[in-house]
Amino acid sequence: MLQRDYTTSQLDVLEAEAIHIMREVAAEFERPCLLFSGGKDSIVMLRIAEKAFWPAPIPFPLMHVDTGHNFPEVIEFRDRRVAELGARLVVASVQSSIDAGRVVEETGRRASRNRLQTTTLLDAIEEQQFDAVFGGARRDEEKARAKERIFSFRDDFGQWDPKNQRPELWNLYNAKIRQGEHIRVFPLSNWTELDIWDYIRREEIEIPSIYFAHTRKVFERDGMLLSDADVVNRADDETVFETTVRYRTVGDMTCTGAVQSAAANVDDIIAEIAVTRITERGATRADDRASEAAMEDRKREGYF
Amino acid sequence: MDILRFATAGSVDDGKSTLIGRLLFDSKAIFEDQLEAVERTSRDRGTEYTDLSLLTDGLRAEREQGITIDVAYRYFATPKRKFIIADTPGHIQYTRNMVTGASTADLAIVLIDARKGVLEQSRRHAFLTTLLRVPHLVLAVNKMDLVDYSEDRFNEIREEFTAFASKLSAPDLTFIPISALHGDNVVSRSESMPWYEGTSLMHHLENVHIASDRNLVDVRFPVQYVIRPQKATDPAFHDYRGYAGQIAGGVLKPGDEVMHLPSGLTTRISSIDTFDGPVDEAFPPMSVTIRLADDIDVSRGDMICRPNNQPEAAQELEAMICWMGDGAKLMPRSKLLIKHTTRTARALVRDLHYRLDVNTLHRDESAESLSLNEIGRVSLRITQPLFVDDYSRNRMTGGFILVDEATNSTVGAGMIVDARS
Ligand SMILES: Nc1nc2c(ncn2[C@@H]2O[C@H](COP(=O)(O)OP(=O)(O)OP(=O)(O)O)[C@@H](O)[C@H]2O)c(=O)[nH]1
Ligand SMILES: [Mg+2]
Repeated sequence: MLQRDYTTSQLDVLEAEAIHIMREVAAEFERPCLLFSGGKDSIVMLRIAEKAFWPAPIPFPLMHVDTGHNFPEVIEFRDRRVAELGARLVVASVQSSIDAGRVVEETGRRASRNRLQTTTLLDAIEEQQFDAVFGGARRDEEKARAKERIFSFRDDFGQWDPKNQRPELWNLYNAKIRQGEHIRVFPLSNWTELDIWDYIRREEIEIPSIYFAHTRKVFERDGMLLSDADVVNRADDETVFETTVRYRTVGDMTCTGAVQSAAANVDDIIAEIAVTRITERGATRADDRASEAAMEDRKREGYF
Repeated sequence: MDILRFATAGSVDDGKSTLIGRLLFDSKAIFEDQLEAVERTSRDRGTEYTDLSLLTDGLRAEREQGITIDVAYRYFATPKRKFIIADTPGHIQYTRNMVTGASTADLAIVLIDARKGVLEQSRRHAFLTTLLRVPHLVLAVNKMDLVDYSEDRFNEIREEFTAFASKLSAPDLTFIPISALHGDNVVSRSESMPWYEGTSLMHHLENVHIASDRNLVDVRFPVQYVIRPQKATDPAFHDYRGYAGQIAGGVLKPGDEVMHLPSGLTTRISSIDTFDGPVDEAFPPMSVTIRLADDIDVSRGDMICRPNNQPEAAQELEAMICWMGDGAKLMPRSKLLIKHTTRTARALVRDLHYRLDVNTLHRDESAESLSLNEIGRVSLRITQPLFVDDYSRNRMTGGFILVDEATNSTVGAGMIVDARS
């Protein structure tokens, strides 16, 4: 008799795990939501959500923390995708938090709304009474993230306590919380950047155009190429030039760097990533460069 | 390409994090910016070499104290496999984090410092990996550079550990002498230990056979979520009712006769659905949606199995417990929440039979409680039946967690040993 070999490819294993996590949340929480930024990880997460509940619609709303400094291509993509799915999108606006006096806009050349997002996010979670919030963070992104549970407990100040995380065994997730507390849920914890791209290729998932090579007016700061846009404070000695770039991550225009690349399609991107010697956050995120524990510190405060 | 999940284990400072750093570094899975950051930190602290443990010890407190506090997950791939690594802490205070990391592992590497030999914590971790039924165990005798790469020392430790392991239901066991700091026998064979005839650790990780570790015999489908699209206008889905879940055992096919628990009713699988279309068979660890031929009342927490191969429907459980609560102890009459597959119920501790001394494996039957990081055997009474198998037969249907209702913390991990109804 021919014995079938029941092996499963890595992408299938990762997908099955992520679907299981999503269904667990939908079953155990009253008011989950999914953070959707229009970046590649949240796009993959959204596809997993579609798969987990098909043929029913996704049983929770999406939320975007809009800094007002996003790439216009990404916002356009976000709105199109939400419309296609007929999903409900909650937009939490950093500008509104500034206007309401909840946070104060940074000033100077390096002003960024990155840190301000945390307040906007936590206020929105409280206002909407979300008890579970899906995030697209991956453990391979950053050393503090490498330490985080899949169901990551947040106290009623939205804080993460890395020294006192709940044990998490097998695929049994503890969803118990009190009023005012919430759980951040990371279904893509075990995916790497390359897994994300392999999955985008396999599933033929559409992504915003800025991930592909395009010509753009940029200037150099700290070895990073920042886009020359209105919201980015550029000094006179930072000269603008035009070159062919793409983005490896999608964040705020003020702190997300482009990489020089001619990768015009997903195959090219995968070939490029397979040989790259720099991590995606190292190459493109000024927010992580502030200090050795920049990410851990932000996460403790309630950041994504 | 398949995935191997492995965890490190062993006593404090045996070199677990350094080994993972070395594996990542030598297999070129470290990026330049990560290496630069680690080199910078090492230099700032006056360490004379690049401290590779900083690659996984990512928390501020860990770097300050030079120890691992919680599990770090790292990833790398070779042309043969994708690896998910859980680098766990050796310190006894953080044993529960080690258990977290080892619970899903296919393989555990227990490190031993060649100078110190088999310590109590090495025994505890080796015991925990066998209790958790991690199917493959590697005993890596580390810091061989500090004992002149001595074959005699390696053999001594091997004998000492083998004697201990014979008391455990140790699975597949492999011994490898290494130096995590210098890379001997980590990715390639060491020139300093010509007497060692085995393979490098990496070679072992790439080739160890894991496909047969899953249970493909006993059909177990814990119902996780009921999918009812309620698309009144769409005739294709008007009456759709699917049972979503992740397969915990066996191979399911459309047309198979199945039994629903707790009702005991039998029916057939009419279709196994996914977003990408129906499939002809499903097996662990796939997440699918099953439709049944007959209208049966099925909800989350129920189980689908085969009529001639059912789990026990148990309200009385015998289990080994690893207690992880740092406040309340586990005692007879303790009341806790129990989460088993997709069902959550309440449990009452009826009896604590013994507490285990991990050093000697002696059973202390006079024990009256379990404190943080202690292991013992208990009887539980559950408010509603759970559909269970022995943990040794199926990790998914044999394992459970205990949650303290007062604090909502996860305070125990349980492994069912003797299912009865
Ligand atoms: N000479 C020598 N030193 C080593 C070797 N492996 C690790 N070390 C050193 O041993 C010390 C402890 O190493 P770690 O990797 O942090 O130990 P650990 O097992 O991860 O410790 P915990 O996670 O806190 O339990 C460090 O100073 C390492 O540089 C080795 O093979 N040879
Ligand atoms: Mg360590």
